Amino acid sequence: MFKEGEIVEAIYLDHAATSPVHPDVVEVMIPSLKENFGNPSSIHRFGRSNRHVLDEARSTIASSVGAHPKEIVFTSGGTEADNMAIIGTAMANKDKGKHIITSQVEHHAVLHACEHLETLGYEVTYLPVNKEGRVSVEELKAALREDTVLVTVMYGNNEVGTVQPIKEIGELLQERNITFHTDAVQAYGLLDIDVTELSVDLMSVSAHKINGPKGIGFLYVKEKTNLAPFLYGGEQERKRRAGTENVAGIVGFEKAVQIMQAEKQKKTELYLSFQKEMLAVFGREGIDYKVNGDPEHYLPHILNVSFPGVSVESLLTNLDLAGIAVSSGSACTAGSLEPSHVLTAMHGETDRAFSAVRFSFGLGNTTEQVTKAAEETVKVVKRLKAL
Amino acid sequence: MIYLDNSATTKPYPEVLDTFRKVAESHFANPSSIHGKGSEAERLLLQARSIVADLLHVHSKEIVFTSGGTEGNNLAIKGTAFQHQSRGKHLITTAVEHASTLESFKQLEDIGFEVTYLPVDAAGRISMEDLRKEVRKDTILVSMIHVNNEIGTIQPIEEAGEYLRNFPKAVFHVDHVQGLSKVPLNFKKAKVDLCTMSAHKVHGLKGSGILYVRSGVKLFPLFTGGEQEGTVRAGTENVPGVVAMAKALRVVLEKSKSGIKQLRHLQETARKELCEIDGILINTPEQNSAPHILNFSVPRIKPEVLIHTLEEEGIYISTKSACSSKAQGGSRILEAAGYGPERSEHALRVSFSFENRQDDIERLVEALEEVLPKLKSVMG
Repeated sequence: MFKEGEIVEAIYLDHAATSPVHPDVVEVMIPSLKENFGNPSSIHRFGRSNRHVLDEARSTIASSVGAHPKEIVFTSGGTEADNMAIIGTAMANKDKGKHIITSQVEHHAVLHACEHLETLGYEVTYLPVNKEGRVSVEELKAALREDTVLVTVMYGNNEVGTVQPIKEIGELLQERNITFHTDAVQAYGLLDIDVTELSVDLMSVSAHKINGPKGIGFLYVKEKTNLAPFLYGGEQERKRRAGTENVAGIVGFEKAVQIMQAEKQKKTELYLSFQKEMLAVFGREGIDYKVNGDPEHYLPHILNVSFPGVSVESLLTNLDLAGIAVSSGSACTAGSLEPSHVLTAMHGETDRAFSAVRFSFGLGNTTEQVTKAAEETVKVVKRLKAL
Repeated sequence: MIYLDNSATTKPYPEVLDTFRKVAESHFANPSSIHGKGSEAERLLLQARSIVADLLHVHSKEIVFTSGGTEGNNLAIKGTAFQHQSRGKHLITTAVEHASTLESFKQLEDIGFEVTYLPVDAAGRISMEDLRKEVRKDTILVSMIHVNNEIGTIQPIEEAGEYLRNFPKAVFHVDHVQGLSKVPLNFKKAKVDLCTMSAHKVHGLKGSGILYVRSGVKLFPLFTGGEQEGTVRAGTENVPGVVAMAKALRVVLEKSKSGIKQLRHLQETARKELCEIDGILINTPEQNSAPHILNFSVPRIKPEVLIHTLEEEGIYISTKSACSSKAQGGSRILEAAGYGPERSEHALRVSFSFENRQDDIERLVEALEEVLPKLKSVMG
């Protein structure tokens, strides 16, 4: 019998949905909220000191992707950054053309922004992907038109972890004067991203996926990119994003970035070993499984696996009861019973799309936890198949 | 330190920080995740939504969490315009709105909407007569600031709401960012359809806000993506920020029960004493103004110089609104109220919180009495 209040220690393997805030991040946010609460636009000292704090954070964050501080626009998160990039580019270039290219496997923040533009008379091409979840640069090239104003392709997929050929796409678009946006929300933090090497014009990043606070993110806007503002009002963020700056959020974000930079290498190795460990347990136990994603181009922290013949709802419920927090697709659509649009794009509406689970690793996870989660998964899969 | 710039932003309450910290550390999961950790976060979010709704006397379903006042105003205004453009393209607002409202309307004008800016009198107030004259069959939105952020003037929200009942096609939006907790507004009674609020003006955290969306009122979303906030506002919910905001709202509304009288007392004292200082002209109207804002002009003295001089004494006040404090020129609010350039360009604002005391006012008055003659002699 459990005593009241006693619970099985949960193993959290859903870091792609959101990640715990690093304790050091909270530590820098609290003094910022207590002592430096001024409005950075105020001209008195309370405002000015925060202006300075913002400049520092902007510079740290900019250098983490090889950008100039001027090119960083703070937003309320990844969704806002994606919407701002896509709608802002469409609006700023509407006299030039109304054709947009994206992929079928984007995050909903991108897909729905594109659908919104379709209702306003824009035309959108949704590029298919191969079974590994990658778009083909050749197909993208073939889809380009005279009136194409924007290409938006995500860096690393949030469900299956496939990394897209961003550098190649950037090179293709560079000479054509077409704005290139990439949603790097999942890739930032583990992959080395340098905007000067990538030829991207716009890039979205969110803090809460890298152990920073929720409610803050940024859009990298390459100098001279033609972009209409999204939120109108005050002159914050060089008139590109109005609203009192979320100073504590930005300071917390800065800290998360500093920690990320120091630990990126170590984390990447650790998460790759977690992937290996899980698959080793599955193999050893002889259950039927298929890894979804690209074996060559992938994010280290995401492992998406289908268990043929097992319903994902039962699997998730049973894993949750066993104290293991994982998810099927992205958290934003976790409530729906529709199969994942990403897996459907890769494999059609097959059993593989309906039996997939995403394990995503992050801060605090240990090899012991991963082994235990894999073993529990095996137990549940065996039990469900025996029914 | 005497902080008298509470209309720019407020200091978060200690209990708000405790809440924030606890939630950020222990309940970090994504409320949309279906596992237990996600459900925990979702439960907190639901609880916060219900607390906020109760405190504002509305339904939980009518609360949309945003990233703050600017987003709230942008969403209300553009969301209404885009949603109902087939009904009409005429919009009404006032000449004394916050920048986030004004700039949203400017953007809509650029793309083919027609906007009427209601003029204001010397007190910075619109007249109901003007409003009645301007509402048309194709008016789809009337947007008005409740309490002006620079001079504290209160607009006739209830009368406007009552009148707009005759125009069911016109959505009524109120920017309640400065009014919240200081000038009570009953959304239902005032027939408000949309109402913007911000956490950091009531001792919550920057990056959180509320848009009240009356049940049945439809908005075209600004952020598309996941299905959060009834699909009106996509994006992972800032759970710690939201729960902290619910806490801030509860505390501030509790304090306001006895605090409003106290604010009024501070304002009256300040008005009386500042009036007596040579060279100070009070801009905040005596009637129908908020209790926490007092705006005054000191002609011939550069407001920035005065602000920095007071800062040396540990007193923090501001010029116009923080959002436009770096923009050139005078206050567009005072200009709209008919004050000349001299008075508009030399305006200062003190704004109180429930934490300010009589002593703070006395220190301000003493400091002004001391520094003004010196500055004047320097300016010649």
